[in-house]
Amino acid sequence: MAGEVIPVWRSVAGGALIGAAAGLLMLVNGRVAGISGIVARSLQASFGKQAWRPVFLLGLVLPALFLGVGPVDWSAPSSVLATAGVLVGFGTRLANGCTSGHGVCGLANLSPRSLLATATFVAVAIVTVATRHALSPP
Amino acid sequence: MNALVALIAGVVFGAGLLLSGMTNPANVLAFLEVTGHWQPALAYTMAAAVAVAFPAYAIVRRRRRALLGEAVAAPEQSLADAPLLLGSTIFGIGWGLSGVCPGPGVILLTTGSQPAFAFVGGLFVGAIAANVAGGRGHPSLARLGVRRVR
Repeated sequence: MAGEVIPVWRSVAGGALIGAAAGLLMLVNGRVAGISGIVARSLQASFGKQAWRPVFLLGLVLPALFLGVGPVDWSAPSSVLATAGVLVGFGTRLANGCTSGHGVCGLANLSPRSLLATATFVAVAIVTVATRHALSPP
Repeated sequence: MNALVALIAGVVFGAGLLLSGMTNPANVLAFLEVTGHWQPALAYTMAAAVAVAFPAYAIVRRRRRALLGEAVAAPEQSLADAPLLLGSTIFGIGWGLSGVCPGPGVILLTTGSQPAFAFVGGLFVGAIAANVAGGRGHPSLARLGVRRVR
């Protein structure tokens, strides 16, 4: 999977925006911008004091609705993606966080648990990609 | 006010993900593929995000309260437990298979394409399954410390 060559300024500026959003949500609202948790809890309650979660998700998709998402190269058939989705949904609930909750917010909060979680899912994902390549050479 | 801040945070987060290119699964997989044409972009994005979010977290940690008055719990100091490690492992497998994590997954729904709905549909099923299993207190999950999501 080649991927696009992304200029460093785009990575850094994009990351800075993500960090600014996570910082804003914590500084003003005291909430963690962990998207797996926001999605899962939105499925349970979306009103009253819980309404901020679906509102955050609405905001999350607005830029893509107006600007489009740019190139999207799916690497797997939908059956594999659905399976991957189940694993991501189940795993992130079990670990109480994903790339945003542990990888951005938890690391920014100097949480040792989040550092361990991030190291674990990045390492396992690297092994998974390598295994898939070994089983099906291009 | 809370909702307005959440809306703004969502928009800025979504714009950041788009700008970083991490909404394209191929760009995520290019980072995870360390033996191939490795691309470090995801690491730059994550490092910048952590650096920018850090001061806000430091302020709230010291105040123990957010600006709107919400009390904020200190981070748990315990390091490893089974749900954290097992859950992160399961998540890592799904992330490596797809190149998609929850944020980009939700954003990719705007393409209206079948792969996006397949992934997010699976995401819902997995999250609900974890919640139901935790809520029912299945013994094997209870032993792992899994409880109903609140």
